Amino acid sequence: MVHDEEVEILVSDLFEWHGYDFTGYSKASLKRRLNRIYILDNFPSFAEFRYKLKSDPSYLKHLVEEITVNVTEMFRDPHFYKTLVEEVIPSLGTKPFIRIWHAGCSTGEEVFSMAILLKEANLLDKSLIYATDINPNVLEKARKGIFPLSQMKQYSENYMASGGKQDFSSYYTANYDRVKFSESFTTRMIFSTHNLVCDSSFNEFDLILCRNVLIYFDIPLQNRVFDLFDASLSSLSYLALGSKETIKFSEINGNYKQIGKEKIWRKMV
Amino acid sequence: MEKNGVRINCELLVIGGSSGSLDVVLKFLSNIKKEITFAIAVVLHRKTSADSTLLELLTARSVVPVREIEDKDIILPGMVYLAPPDYHLLFEKKHSFALDDSEKINYSRPSIDVTFESAAEAYTYSAIAILLSGSNADGTDGLKAIHERGGITVVQRPDTATFPYMPKQAILHAQVDYLMSVEEMIELINDH
Repeated sequence: MVHDEEVEILVSDLFEWHGYDFTGYSKASLKRRLNRIYILDNFPSFAEFRYKLKSDPSYLKHLVEEITVNVTEMFRDPHFYKTLVEEVIPSLGTKPFIRIWHAGCSTGEEVFSMAILLKEANLLDKSLIYATDINPNVLEKARKGIFPLSQMKQYSENYMASGGKQDFSSYYTANYDRVKFSESFTTRMIFSTHNLVCDSSFNEFDLILCRNVLIYFDIPLQNRVFDLFDASLSSLSYLALGSKETIKFSEINGNYKQIGKEKIWRKMV
Repeated sequence: MEKNGVRINCELLVIGGSSGSLDVVLKFLSNIKKEITFAIAVVLHRKTSADSTLLELLTARSVVPVREIEDKDIILPGMVYLAPPDYHLLFEKKHSFALDDSEKINYSRPSIDVTFESAAEAYTYSAIAILLSGSNADGTDGLKAIHERGGITVVQRPDTATFPYMPKQAILHAQVDYLMSVEEMIELINDH
């Protein structure tokens, strides 16, 4: 087991040796992730775990990927997407050009979900989705637009529950056990690494989606990220979070109005 | 409540259940005393759909207020907290909740093991864990962790469980302090 003090040591090692800053991560979750890796990789002692991280860059890369959770799915929480379709996308449609930032996009399933909805609203051609993540490997996967065929039944159900009206399978071509989504989607996406802990704003957006990333951050780091989002959102634009995340503890809260019960807020200033 | 002759001051009661546990949880929450001095966290295996039926059911029957947990909620005594579907429920040392959407454990998210293990870490000997009916081995490792940190482990008596597999696994592999029917659990908590 990795103990609390050892978690602190690793956090400071990772920053000092490699520049990765996990200081503001939720301790409960971070400790659980580190212990999971420690046990899976069968380290005989904490000292050996620490030495491996110092001396083996490929192992370090592996660890950073394992710490950052990459569980995602298409049209996750269909009711959320339904609200996007009914309340947010029509308003985006009035703009001459639509800029969307999907922060912490992982392997891209939700980025493609968004692109599908924009296409169905005839807005994809004037939209650009900036999809970012701390982890370059997941972005490489996202860029390809290739997903396991075994997931498509679930995704298709999610899509329909989100209010999708087309034949979901018309958006991809299946090949053996995988499917590839049409390139008409990927041409409207820009993938780039971005670390919410230390990187700054890079554009102004009409909608920022950041779903199930902030649960891994403590409140001070969440506040940093909310300030970053606030600086990247134009007036009357939208911020969308994961189904159990909230801006209520943040300083920007007063300037935003929640859309019904969904975790979508509109900037009112 | 006593353990090895030492009185335990409970700060957190964590309840884990799977199939066949809902009725037990409802009975438990409708019969405990209102003046509980600790928080109760409930982790049930449930469908990932976002339906609020479970929350409504618990709210209707519980004698103490029920809240479905959101990220970073502060843990207050006298409340029942329900783990949301599709997230693991963890505890921070400063006694707030943390949610985690990493891989399923024992085919489950929320997983009872994850929550019990985290409760053991954050609350050590001031945690009580109750494991109920179910047909999955989730919860056993979590009870072991609760026991190792000096907390109290309670398991539903298999002959009173609709699905006895989960309690039986716990009895086989973990140290169980109290093996009880739901009526006895209510008494145990109310005498606390």
